[in-house]
Amino acid sequence: MTDPIQAAETVLRLDGITKRFGDLTANCDVSLDLARGEILALLGENGAGKTTLMNILFGHYVADEGQVYIASPGTGLSELEAGSPHAALEAGIGMVHQHFTLAENLSALDNIVLGTENLSALTSARKPARQKLEDLIARSGLSVPLDARISQLSVGEKQRVEILKALYRDARVLVLDEPTAVLTPQESDTLFATLKKLADDGLAIIFISHKLAEVIASSHRVAVLRGGRKVADLPTADCDLRKLAELMVGHEIVETVRSKGSPGAPLLALNAVSAGEGRDALHEVDLTLNSGEILGIAGVSGNGQTMLARVISGLQVPASGTMTLAGNDETGANARKMIDEGLARIPEDRHHDGIVGAMSVSENLAIESIRKPQNQRFGLLRFSAMRETARRLIETYDIRCQGEDSPARLLSGGNIQKIVLARTLDPEPQVVLAAQPSRGLDVGATSDVHKRLLAARDRGAGVILISEDLDELMRLSDRIAVIHRGRLSAADPTEALDRGTLGLRMAGQSGEAA
Amino acid sequence: MIEIIEILLSANFWAAALRIATPLIFGVIGALICERAGVLNLGIEGIFTAGAMAGWMAVWLGAGLWGGVLVAAGAGALFGLIHAILTVPLGLSQHVSGIGVTLFATSLSYFIYRTALPDVSSPPRIDAFQPLDIPVLSELPFIGPALFQQTPLTFLALFLVLATAYVLYRTPLGLAIQAVGDNPAAVESQGLSVYAIRMGTVVAGSAIMALGGAFLTMSAFDAFFFGMVNGRGWICIALTVFASWRPGKALVGALLFGAFDAFQVRLQTEVGSFIPGQVFLMMPYILSIAALIVVARRADYPRALLVPYFRGQR
Amino acid sequence: MIRFEPRPPASVSRMLGVSLAAALAALVLAAIPMLFAGLSVFEAYGLMVKGAFGSLFAFTEMLTRATPLILTGLAAAVAFRAKLWNIGAEGQLYVGALAAVAVGTGAIAAPAFVLIPLVVIAGALAGGLLMLGPTLLKTRLGVDEVVTTLLLNFIVLLFVQMMLEGPMQDPMGMGWPQSEPIVDEAALPKLLDRMRIHWGLVLALAASLGVYFLLKRTVWGFEIRAVGENAAAARHAGIPVTATFMRVGLLSGALAGIAGVGEVAGLKGYLTADLSPGFGYSGIVVAMLAGLSPIGVVFAALFIASIFVGADSMSRATGVSNYLADLIVAMALLCVLVSGLFLRFKVKFITAPSAREAGQ
Repeated sequence: MTDPIQAAETVLRLDGITKRFGDLTANCDVSLDLARGEILALLGENGAGKTTLMNILFGHYVADEGQVYIASPGTGLSELEAGSPHAALEAGIGMVHQHFTLAENLSALDNIVLGTENLSALTSARKPARQKLEDLIARSGLSVPLDARISQLSVGEKQRVEILKALYRDARVLVLDEPTAVLTPQESDTLFATLKKLADDGLAIIFISHKLAEVIASSHRVAVLRGGRKVADLPTADCDLRKLAELMVGHEIVETVRSKGSPGAPLLALNAVSAGEGRDALHEVDLTLNSGEILGIAGVSGNGQTMLARVISGLQVPASGTMTLAGNDETGANARKMIDEGLARIPEDRHHDGIVGAMSVSENLAIESIRKPQNQRFGLLRFSAMRETARRLIETYDIRCQGEDSPARLLSGGNIQKIVLARTLDPEPQVVLAAQPSRGLDVGATSDVHKRLLAARDRGAGVILISEDLDELMRLSDRIAVIHRGRLSAADPTEALDRGTLGLRMAGQSGEAA
Repeated sequence: MIEIIEILLSANFWAAALRIATPLIFGVIGALICERAGVLNLGIEGIFTAGAMAGWMAVWLGAGLWGGVLVAAGAGALFGLIHAILTVPLGLSQHVSGIGVTLFATSLSYFIYRTALPDVSSPPRIDAFQPLDIPVLSELPFIGPALFQQTPLTFLALFLVLATAYVLYRTPLGLAIQAVGDNPAAVESQGLSVYAIRMGTVVAGSAIMALGGAFLTMSAFDAFFFGMVNGRGWICIALTVFASWRPGKALVGALLFGAFDAFQVRLQTEVGSFIPGQVFLMMPYILSIAALIVVARRADYPRALLVPYFRGQR
Repeated sequence: MIRFEPRPPASVSRMLGVSLAAALAALVLAAIPMLFAGLSVFEAYGLMVKGAFGSLFAFTEMLTRATPLILTGLAAAVAFRAKLWNIGAEGQLYVGALAAVAVGTGAIAAPAFVLIPLVVIAGALAGGLLMLGPTLLKTRLGVDEVVTTLLLNFIVLLFVQMMLEGPMQDPMGMGWPQSEPIVDEAALPKLLDRMRIHWGLVLALAASLGVYFLLKRTVWGFEIRAVGENAAAARHAGIPVTATFMRVGLLSGALAGIAGVGEVAGLKGYLTADLSPGFGYSGIVVAMLAGLSPIGVVFAALFIASIFVGADSMSRATGVSNYLADLIVAMALLCVLVSGLFLRFKVKFITAPSAREAGQ
């Protein structure tokens, strides 16, 4: 990218921000300056404190120490009232959260105008609002159907609505939290082109990321957070991939390397399966998973991945089509039966679907096999056996917890995922269905997940890996299929694919994707 | 058969239907706006009772009829505030809190009534609202007696339907209420206070519910009886689902309900000797359950209903 | 400002503390309406204590009143554990009583050791089946069980009235809407001579132990807890969520049904439409006050029963309305809700502006 803008006026300053949650220090003495027209990448792995820092900036959290200063037009920097999203908005800070903050039951226009008008007003002034937005859209290229309900928009459109929300309020600082996590590579490129244009018009932009390539390609400057501290702040021009990676993780990254798999006989097959209705429906999906391979499913979220996982794990009965596991017809089998037939499911939302937070670690480890003789006799629970198994799994899977009786909700995301991995993989399942298994995990936990999946493959299991992270998919999968609007493409060997091709298929712009 | 048609064609019948529907209209509108903001208000049954008792007692003590209406609304708002505090900033179970408010409002109303009137054999009466005989309009054939010989509170209820629809769909406040019931984070990210909007809506909704109770003691009857609300609040909760949280449909639902109830009362006089009276009395409750079942499959609940919101957590 | 910080799971002693604090708070708050009614607060409480504990008769009356409350409290507790919001214990109690009357008023001639279990089973079955409807509607169609169970209470009461004025009316009852009396072989025996306390109490205590054992020690109990704490995760883990709801619904309704059996076959001897002064609704308070613990339900029921019995007695002595008892019970529910916060969170009161965020 271009050189960092020299001698530009500072519009935002974070000064010595420290934030603690109980014993955890999420941010420690972080200071940051941002200039007008600058694009700053805030780099760090999951749990490094990036989102916390931005939530402090936006007033969702209050810092324990330190201040935020913001320039108002004409005057110099002045202190921003802490803990008030309202004050942050007034001061010209706009934030695009990773999980969109949009009301699905309202139109795009309503969402943008929301909160900009006096709540006691008897009418909503739509005409001038629409006029202003149409101008903004024309200037920025952020095209959005203003009158459509949010529930009818695609992920990319929703993100554009979020950016328009900020621009409509004349934001001078725009913060985007992991903006490309849900986009195709092509959509990401368009987004960064738009951001570049906005920056050239004077907008100061911070984008949070853990993807090194996009940081290098699209920012003027990089600030690296690690363990809550700022460990580097330097012009992007002075960086390369390796240097940033080391700064981010603190040591050299050893990426999980996949050896060539040796696929065997077909294990799981879906035949023209249709299920569900609406956006997340499946339409005539064919899929064959062989033993000893990892089959990647790529796609922008909300294109039917959830339904696919539900069908395979027996939570949803297909409307039509058949499913076989190891030659047996399993169409319409329930979750219990699928587990008994050797399916392991790593759910997408591990906090919500993976564990029962109020129950103990040992109960969570036993929950899938609670009716097996090892855990019960005549309907009575065998506590000592459950505890014993739990202690073994805690050891084997390195689950960090205060003993097998502590409630699961006290564990970190990585350790919760380890509970799920332990109880699903320990019985040596034939098929592993892993949905977004590394989402939100740090590098260490991610590599642990990857190793477990590869180990399962190597002992002959078939693994389905549903992910939005193309890097993860390309590293682990033997074959990759793309899901778009509920239709699954044929699976091609990973070696025959590149990011561009996958991106096009994810956007549905390829004949083969249908 | 002829009798049935005769019933349906009489203006009296429709006047009765509207009269029966009036407290339900208040109740459904109140419940609807609370739920639109994401808060189920099961305090409704008790708030009805409190409104009925407070309104009646204010008039009995000499406050004047409209003064009584205000007192009823205030009582409703107060109990609504309790529910709002428990469920919004404190994030406690909306089910249990609502039941708690119902038990509290009901027992407090009964206790105050009994304490003020320790031993009366027949409940004292007040001069209740009289039908407004609107000149000219009330003399229109059919429509006149059905529509324009109602008490002022019925007109207030009809006005509230319009006002609620307008506020909900046409004003910034209404958009904020709709948004906070769908995704509170959307509201907070735009600098508005989720707590303030939710609490304000619950308080306002509860005040409206209480008017339904006030109608019972100040319009439909002229005295307060124990157990007079008799499940009307719960029926309103069912009707809210039936109305898919839309004010217009809420009006239609309440009117259908009123018509059915008026019809069965008239039917009872025709065939009452063959069928026990309780069968007819059961009908409103059975009908409510039936209404719930009919819409269950396509009920489009506000997404954030029953979900407490804590700042900085998503 | 107030700040909540999550805390590790509560110990039993802390849960006990919360319940006691809530009960105490309700009693303290009750002073306000007492003063409003012109009572001397200490005198009133003295009368209440005397009314509930002052004599063997008073004490057994309190236990008699606690009997149905233990059962309806268990009904609510076991349902709420699974997040099945059964607010219909009142109706289930009445159908239980109705079934007891149908079986126990001479339709079947059998010795007591056959007829008593039969009556209890009939009542349990009736209550359970009544709760099965709303449970099915919830699991099959997604109909909110709160509203359906609430509405069923009204339907059942009307149905009972209809039966008592019609087919089940006592021909010797001089036109009163009441059922024929329960035959001696079907009546639950008294526990003490000349007192009203009956074997229903033993049944209730046994039920409490049984529910405790079920929840704590069995696979079904494990599944109930898992479904209640996180139905989505339970479903993913292959737990039969629908079947679990059915079991809970049946059990919860059955417990409330047995409460009705006890009232008819143990206490009143015949069925009237005013059999229950809201035992079903008070059961919710009992369950919440007990922190949904089956053992705790017993103690919570004793507390609520002593309020009712004590207030009745005080009311007779002072002429103040005994709706005061309902008021105290309602306030106890609200208090226990609020004090439950202290279980889940450390509540910090902070004056500095940095206390702005209230988050988990």
